Amino acid sequence: MADAEHPLKTTPLTQVHRALGARMVPFAGYDMPVQFKDGVLAEHKWTRAHAGVFDVSHMGPAMLSLAERSGDPEADHAAISALIEPLISGDIASLKPGQVRYTVLLNEDGGMLDDLMVGRYPSGAPTGSLYIVVNAGTKDDDYALIARTVGDKAKLMRMDGAALIAVQGPKAAAVVAGMIPAAADLSFMQFAGGEWEGQMVMFARSGYTGEDGYEILVPPAGAAAFYEALLGDERARPIGLGARDSLRLEAGLPLYGHDADPTVSPIEAGLNFAVPKKRRERGDLRGHDRLLTEFGGKLSRVRVGLKVLEGAPAREGAEIADGSGKVIGRVTSGGFSPSLGHAIAMGFVPPEFSTIGTPLNVIVRGKAQAAEVAPMPFVPHRYFRKPA
Amino acid sequence: MRFTKDHEWIELDGDVATVGITAYAAEQLGDVVYVELPSVGKALKTGEGMAVVESVKAASDVYAPLDGEVTEVNEALSSTPETVNAQPEGEGWFAKVRVANTAAIDALMDRAAYEQFLQTL
Repeated sequence: MADAEHPLKTTPLTQVHRALGARMVPFAGYDMPVQFKDGVLAEHKWTRAHAGVFDVSHMGPAMLSLAERSGDPEADHAAISALIEPLISGDIASLKPGQVRYTVLLNEDGGMLDDLMVGRYPSGAPTGSLYIVVNAGTKDDDYALIARTVGDKAKLMRMDGAALIAVQGPKAAAVVAGMIPAAADLSFMQFAGGEWEGQMVMFARSGYTGEDGYEILVPPAGAAAFYEALLGDERARPIGLGARDSLRLEAGLPLYGHDADPTVSPIEAGLNFAVPKKRRERGDLRGHDRLLTEFGGKLSRVRVGLKVLEGAPAREGAEIADGSGKVIGRVTSGGFSPSLGHAIAMGFVPPEFSTIGTPLNVIVRGKAQAAEVAPMPFVPHRYFRKPA
Repeated sequence: MRFTKDHEWIELDGDVATVGITAYAAEQLGDVVYVELPSVGKALKTGEGMAVVESVKAASDVYAPLDGEVTEVNEALSSTPETVNAQPEGEGWFAKVRVANTAAIDALMDRAAYEQFLQTL
């Protein structure tokens, strides 16, 4: 938290947000816009229909590169992958140049220290380099763990002084391609470098809303101009963290620190896809025994989506009860879904209660309200995948 | 109309007070998506929670500005909670309360005092 000795950090866009009339709040140690003039509901709906522009510079982009490269792209990629894979659940070695993967940073018990993106730099970049983006609240610990683990074999360069700008929504591709034509060539979960008005930018076709879109890393000096140029497109509007949260909730995406924490495994969190067969079979996963047991179906809780059928939104901390009134779990994220017009939530319940349609109750301010297990995403993803 | 530091407004008609939240409070909350109203007949004590108003982001308590008993609630808010944002100090009222001691309202701020109070926030 901020105080006189620890003032809130700013992003390269903080002044622009203030000038736009944003309502600013402290978030993960940063002074961030929670909403702009339109308000959370309108911002949410705008993003689903047009293009929303988000400042996510509080997050933790970084570059991890081999200290000594051979110059052979495949050998160097194998070497850098071998350094990072012991910490994470994913298969990094199989990444093609320019490909990004969602993965999980594990502790020794197979619990989640963070979720993150790891990308292999496209051809032309120095060989043996990975692009990493971790969460804001965990980035110092993550960076320290990674740096300690790779030792002097690789260098971790933080890039969290730059601006990270997400553009999300059905019009995002058109808006971004208007500034960086090469962005149109990317498929979901690919990234590339490019140039805008003489400065290097890096853009990934990814995001946290369920919509098509990009996350773009821009050097601090040109960040405000880039952001304003995006907003100069009438299809694009600034969106705050409030709508970012309601959008990702609808997309069924977990929020680290809420829907995942060091006690939660990626299997419990429903992220089996992030623990691929190759890693399960190799046996070098942190928390291997637990993860394999859970993967085989023996687990005590699992993350589910809930449709709240009546009453108030069930928010983080609300108890989940079965038909007899017995408390079986807790809501970890929840709120009103602007797209659906009713309350939705996610939380953890024992697997026997995780079947879609299972009737449950959520307890809000002492009152049991009907809910049922619902498929996630609540609102379908609309990622852009190029035809092969 | 009188006001509290918790941003409720009170309009007294005889011994029945209509209670709602101020335009300032509605603006601060943002888009209201759900209102939990007290039941008719509920006894209220000054400063205790009488309703809950929820925006997309968060739930906030609305406190009873006076002692009394709820005689009516604004049922329309259950289907159109957005009225709280559109007309906070009119159609977006929350409840009518039969006030135990009407003189207690004199202790609350008038509009000029409330406006002045907002300047200090």
